[in-house]
Amino acid sequence: MQLGIAAFILRKLLRLALLLIAVAIFSFVLISLSPIDPIDAYVGADMLQISPEQRDIIAQRWGLDQPMMTRFILWLRQLASGNLGTSIIFNQPVSTVIGSRFQTSLQMLAIAWLISGALGLAMGVVAGARAGSWLDRAIRFYAYTLAASPTFWVALLLLLVFSVSLKITPICCATPPGVLTRDVTVWQRLHHLILPAATLSLIGVANIALHTRQKLIEVLNSDYVLFARAQGESLVGIIRHHGLRNIILPALTLQFASLSELFGGSVLAEQVFSYPGLGKATVEAALRSDVPLLVGIVFFSALFVYTGNLIADLTYQIVDPRIRIGKSS
Amino acid sequence: MATSFLRRRPAIRFNRRQITLWSIALCTLFLVAIVFSNRFIGDTGLDPALTQRNQPPSLAHLFGTDWLGRDMLTRSLHGMSLSVRVGLLAAGFSAIIGTGLGLMAGTLGGKVDAVITWIIDVFFSLPHLVLLIMISFALGGGTEGVIIAVALTHWTSLARIIRAETLQVNSSDYVQLSYKFGRSPFWIARHHMLPHVIPQLLVGLILLFPHAILHEAALSFIGIGLSPHTPAIGIILAESMRNLSTGYWWVGVLPGLLLLLAVQAFDTLGENVRALIDPKTSQG
Repeated sequence: MQLGIAAFILRKLLRLALLLIAVAIFSFVLISLSPIDPIDAYVGADMLQISPEQRDIIAQRWGLDQPMMTRFILWLRQLASGNLGTSIIFNQPVSTVIGSRFQTSLQMLAIAWLISGALGLAMGVVAGARAGSWLDRAIRFYAYTLAASPTFWVALLLLLVFSVSLKITPICCATPPGVLTRDVTVWQRLHHLILPAATLSLIGVANIALHTRQKLIEVLNSDYVLFARAQGESLVGIIRHHGLRNIILPALTLQFASLSELFGGSVLAEQVFSYPGLGKATVEAALRSDVPLLVGIVFFSALFVYTGNLIADLTYQIVDPRIRIGKSS
Repeated sequence: MATSFLRRRPAIRFNRRQITLWSIALCTLFLVAIVFSNRFIGDTGLDPALTQRNQPPSLAHLFGTDWLGRDMLTRSLHGMSLSVRVGLLAAGFSAIIGTGLGLMAGTLGGKVDAVITWIIDVFFSLPHLVLLIMISFALGGGTEGVIIAVALTHWTSLARIIRAETLQVNSSDYVQLSYKFGRSPFWIARHHMLPHVIPQLLVGLILLFPHAILHEAALSFIGIGLSPHTPAIGIILAESMRNLSTGYWWVGVLPGLLLLLAVQAFDTLGENVRALIDPKTSQG
């Protein structure tokens, strides 16, 4: 058993290392092929004021005169020691920027993730239990519509209704303007993240609801449910004792796997609400050619998604008595 | 699935096959109309008419007008037409990549299969939008950037399906016999696998379109996609952001609704074509 867990962790770490190497090669090749000149991007508006000699000095200092392979190895060595470089637009180490931005996003992501999971599961159970009813149709219509809606448009609608028309939520940002960061209350923070979190929850519900509905219908059509029914078990009882046990595991995996889409959605939602989180930083980095920050975010997002999938794997091992680490598979 | 909403109409009763065929016809008509709408409505609504600025939706301007007095319906249709065409092109390339790699993985097996499966895993472990932004950025943005970015990132799920399908056929007797006769894997992929996966490919391709269109719109919306001077749907929605607080809701809501309808039409089309091709559901 003990050995099994060690092997499991080792295998996961190996996969992670392989993944990060792949991301490194991928980013390096993309950035090298790109038509964006790193010196131009760095110098920006002062382009006319520097001489070719000065450009050469910058190129030499950055090692741009080296061949591609050497540059890649140099860069990889820096990466391995945890140095992601300095962000051009924030003038801070990339890891610092990502850390502070992610903290702002994290509360929003966590709330959206929990709500969409719980609500999606509930909707799926209701729709599955009453398959074919008008409630089921309504839930399915909702799920299919939301699955086809552009995230940024849903965000835009919410902004229009709740901030512009009803004026009950703020129109932008994560804190009220003109208030120092240390003076911001928890309530004000929550107030500002309601809409972005609501956007992501509303959309995140669709997938898990449809999936849960399908699973529950399968369970309800099974022989053991027929038998339970014959013994006089009520629908609620059947769902509690037979349905949920079978539904919750795939739902959990699906919800952890959705972290990738949640992250992508947060990029768009934060853009609409000008919420200064990691998603907004991604857009800023791309629009203003901040290569170190962009590459840093790509690495971070890969880690984020990987962690989500890893947790899903681990919960499977813990929750599901049929799969245990170390058992012969 | 969306057909079930039609089924409740009491007056005319269609059987399921008829509903499927009608859904396919209507969705196709709607989408073809969108793609070619810019041809027959012309450019007249696109000229600024300052006397008619910021008008709410009315019979003359169904979608209202923007801050330059341009007709929003004309602009939205032009934008959708462009976005759908970009989406079709990108999804088409993506399907070619997906089919090629899926067939290779399924037919050649072994190390090739392992490498391709691993590449697919790597793609799945990055948030899709981040990947799109990264590729689009590296290519310097613009229309080509978006098309290449969308094409390079949407093939994975299709490749998985084709690979699974090919693996199944690969173990069948007639394929094994073909190997024994000395046919090359390429010949087998071309003559035994490809005809077999064409239905899956068709459905997969149609269901790729909505994703491609939504992602193109998202990239254009955040400013990394098509240039701000093209009337793409993402650009129109990004512009509407500036007018939100002034209460001109129609500038953002209605073009977005059109985008939503187009995406749903593609989804419905794909699901119904799937139902028609699948022998289990085609005769119902």
